[in-house]
Amino acid sequence: MLYREVGQYKTTYEADHAIFPLLQDRVGIAVILAIAFLAVPLASSEFVLNSMLIPILIFALAAIGLNLLTGYAGLVSLGTGGFMGVGAYSCYKLAIAFPQVNILVPILVSGFFSAGVGVVFGLPSLRIKGFYLAVATLAAQFFLSWCFVRLPWLYNYNVSAAIEVPSRTLFGIPITGPTATATTRYLVVLAIVVAMTWLASNLVHGRIGRMWMAVRDMDIAAELIGIRLYRTKLLAFAVSSFYAGVAGAMLVFLWLGASEADSFDINASFLVLFMVIIGGLGSLLGSFLGAALILGLPIVLRTLPGTFDVPITSATAEHLQFMIVGALIIFFLIIEPHGLARLWQIGKQKLRVWPFPY
Amino acid sequence: MELLYKIFIDPFVQMGTAPDLLVQTLWEGLVGGVLYSLIALGFVLIFKASGVFNFAQGIMVVFAAMSLVALHALGIPAFLALALTFAVMLALAFAVERLVLRPLVNQPDIILFMATFGLTYFLIGFGELVFGGEPKVMIADQLYLPRGAYDIKMLGGFVSLQKIDIAAAVIASLMVAALAVFFQKTRIGRALRAVADSHRAALSVGISLEQIWVIVWFAAGIVAIVTGIMWGARSQVEFSLQIIALKALPVLILGGFTSIPGAIVGGVIIGVGEKLGEFYWGPLLGSGIESWLAYVIALAFLLFRPQGLFGEKIIERV
Repeated sequence: MLYREVGQYKTTYEADHAIFPLLQDRVGIAVILAIAFLAVPLASSEFVLNSMLIPILIFALAAIGLNLLTGYAGLVSLGTGGFMGVGAYSCYKLAIAFPQVNILVPILVSGFFSAGVGVVFGLPSLRIKGFYLAVATLAAQFFLSWCFVRLPWLYNYNVSAAIEVPSRTLFGIPITGPTATATTRYLVVLAIVVAMTWLASNLVHGRIGRMWMAVRDMDIAAELIGIRLYRTKLLAFAVSSFYAGVAGAMLVFLWLGASEADSFDINASFLVLFMVIIGGLGSLLGSFLGAALILGLPIVLRTLPGTFDVPITSATAEHLQFMIVGALIIFFLIIEPHGLARLWQIGKQKLRVWPFPY
Repeated sequence: MELLYKIFIDPFVQMGTAPDLLVQTLWEGLVGGVLYSLIALGFVLIFKASGVFNFAQGIMVVFAAMSLVALHALGIPAFLALALTFAVMLALAFAVERLVLRPLVNQPDIILFMATFGLTYFLIGFGELVFGGEPKVMIADQLYLPRGAYDIKMLGGFVSLQKIDIAAAVIASLMVAALAVFFQKTRIGRALRAVADSHRAALSVGISLEQIWVIVWFAAGIVAIVTGIMWGARSQVEFSLQIIALKALPVLILGGFTSIPGAIVGGVIIGVGEKLGEFYWGPLLGSGIESWLAYVIALAFLLFRPQGLFGEKIIERV
């Protein structure tokens, strides 16, 4: 009823190309942003911010990075955890080496280090594809994990072999380190994630995104119409790793506060891949939905038995949680292999034609 | 200069001066490689016949071994327990076909890959719930698996060969031979290859996809039982064993996803390369290079043969 494009005429090419051509979508996104920036910090408790919203946003950013590579450019990667680690460790080195620089600079610059590493490990993608490439990117994952443990220079020869985040301020308010409140960290994360999502959206709707999609759909055909494969593929690796790197830096600096090498092990890579696939390949919205589902599910499952007073031990609960997560992954794949984003699209289409079935 | 010497000359000098150590390292690599091959074999079977990259093979190995030990702990004689484990894996194959594969037929590969991830999670949770999380001892003696080692005097030193390793190598070769015959000569084997070529064409000549999938998953289950017994007899049966599945991946890309001999040769190359690298070059880089060396070896091979050593030639049409 309310969700109709009737009467909204597009009179310019700009209007036609707009990402949100419908007024209702524009209003909707504005309302969501307003809630995220204003209402959530006021209404949410420390616990909700710290254990749900901040990690969901950070992992959504990593998922966007992987989605650019896997969903748009069609290159499956299992090295996201490693690239996130590169971001975290380089951010740490930069923040320690240049204490006077605004902390946002190392967080964003660390993305470039990660991008560089990503390009190096993306080189095999010129020769190999599909699952062979996925396994090849595992080489990156294992090599980088090994580096995080074996190169003490990376964590400044700490005895604990962990990186600990120094306290830094932005406009006089602490945003990293133990003194920063969850609300300020949430706002910083949100601002970075929103800005980078906007950037990603522009990338995938523009020439570069179309080149990636052409390569994804058939790389030989893409080459025949004049797309330079090696540049396009390496660019996809660079951009994807950049996003992963920034997400990794934020993970340590704005969420965990301190971290060891196993925060960035193979499980992190798989987790992000889950989010991308469950959320929807080739959809930015899907990255957020996937992150929310994959991170939110265990929390919900953990609190459920307590609410209903079901007497089970914590070990049993954990095993059940594994089973339920596994079963739900299969269930979601069966009901909608194209991910949650596709469900959302179907819902929108239903709204448009309501009350008619089609 | 010092570094170059350590990389290019010193290891070979060591190999020359202590040939018995070299033989021992080669043997250990070979045996490790055979075990990698066994896991890789499970992957290859399923990939060949359904195009599914089955991440759950690792947990299937653990699950099979755990079932066997748990059944025996209930007081069932060892060989009856083994038979019952076969039944468990058959039931698993039926369940997977009915609940996971059939609803997802004709979906892109990556979706099926992801579904096997879900299966892995489910089996981890289910297994720990049923069998408990603590490590268990494999019933090697009850299954008449040999114990101890032969010490062979050669090349001015001793080389120690574990009997269980020899048994593993023999059983693995027997199983590979049996599988090769099964795939090449039998009616079902031919049907499997037809399904691997094209689902639709196979269906149209009257091959039942459902049956075929149950058969392949069961075959992979049998491989998992054997792998589980062998790994379990060497160390312990525990859930962390399932990450050895990740070790099988470089073997797969080295040998080619679709080749049974590839899985064997790839496993041996990776196993030997890994042990040699760890033993002779490891101290130079700091230990633990085993974790990624296999991937680098595989990657180096891939740059020259993108389809793996024995993979089918990739033909692409626009």
